[in-house]
Amino acid sequence: MTTASVVRALLGGALIGLAATIALLAHGRIAGICGILARALERDGGRSFRVPFLLALTAVGVIAFALTPTAFGTPVRGTPLLAVAGLLVGVGTTLANGCTSGHGVCGLARLSPRSLVAVLVFMSTAAVTVALVGGHS
Amino acid sequence: MKSEAVAAYTGVLFAVGLVVSGMTDPGRVIGFLDITGRWDPTLAFVMGGAIAVHLPLLRLVRKRRAPVFDTRFHLPAETRIEPALVLGSAMFGVGWGLSGYCPGPALVSLGSGALPVLVFVGAMIAGIAVTRALTRR
Repeated sequence: MTTASVVRALLGGALIGLAATIALLAHGRIAGICGILARALERDGGRSFRVPFLLALTAVGVIAFALTPTAFGTPVRGTPLLAVAGLLVGVGTTLANGCTSGHGVCGLARLSPRSLVAVLVFMSTAAVTVALVGGHS
Repeated sequence: MKSEAVAAYTGVLFAVGLVVSGMTDPGRVIGFLDITGRWDPTLAFVMGGAIAVHLPLLRLVRKRRAPVFDTRFHLPAETRIEPALVLGSAMFGVGWGLSGYCPGPALVSLGSGALPVLVFVGAMIAGIAVTRALTRR
């Protein structure tokens, strides 16, 4: 942990908080990524928010990867294990109606008890998983 | 068209926040979760920074009768802490701890074009689709 990395974490976090605020102010929507992804194509009037938002996420990824590829590190597990992990993340966030952004940022900022429970649970099982599987493989 | 442009801008802010903060590097996320090992607490400041910005601002936004591009706010109505919330969050945490990817950073990392990320996101979307079909979420 360095001062520079803490400043970047705070600055990046502030941008995420600002984005969540604009999503609410402009579209009245929660900036929870898994919910936005799950309902991306649903015809409920929110599509004009969700589709451009999601495309922008990956477009920024393309540009950022060209400018600073080290920001993406390298995958920490083999591809078969990543497939299992992806499945768990997809099923889990759908059952829980939220992930790190929906519960972690938006829910906690709204002081939602549901989100507090969700965050405590997913932080705990994530930490236990890393303790069991190992931090560096 | 203005609504879509603002949505895309919101996605850009969100994604830049994730890249700047270090959330798109799965190795660093694993380091943050590795509390019993070589713990690097830096990424706690991402959620901290996001909530510090979003918590006060969302209170200002909620004073409006409606968002700019919609007739009403779309906020979660559920307040019960039901088994699915706990089970889903637990599964999500395991997947997050295995991979170092949560949904937002995974979608941004798609921009790197790396096959392991593609597999993770594919599995995640499959998990979302199957769960929604089975539970009508």
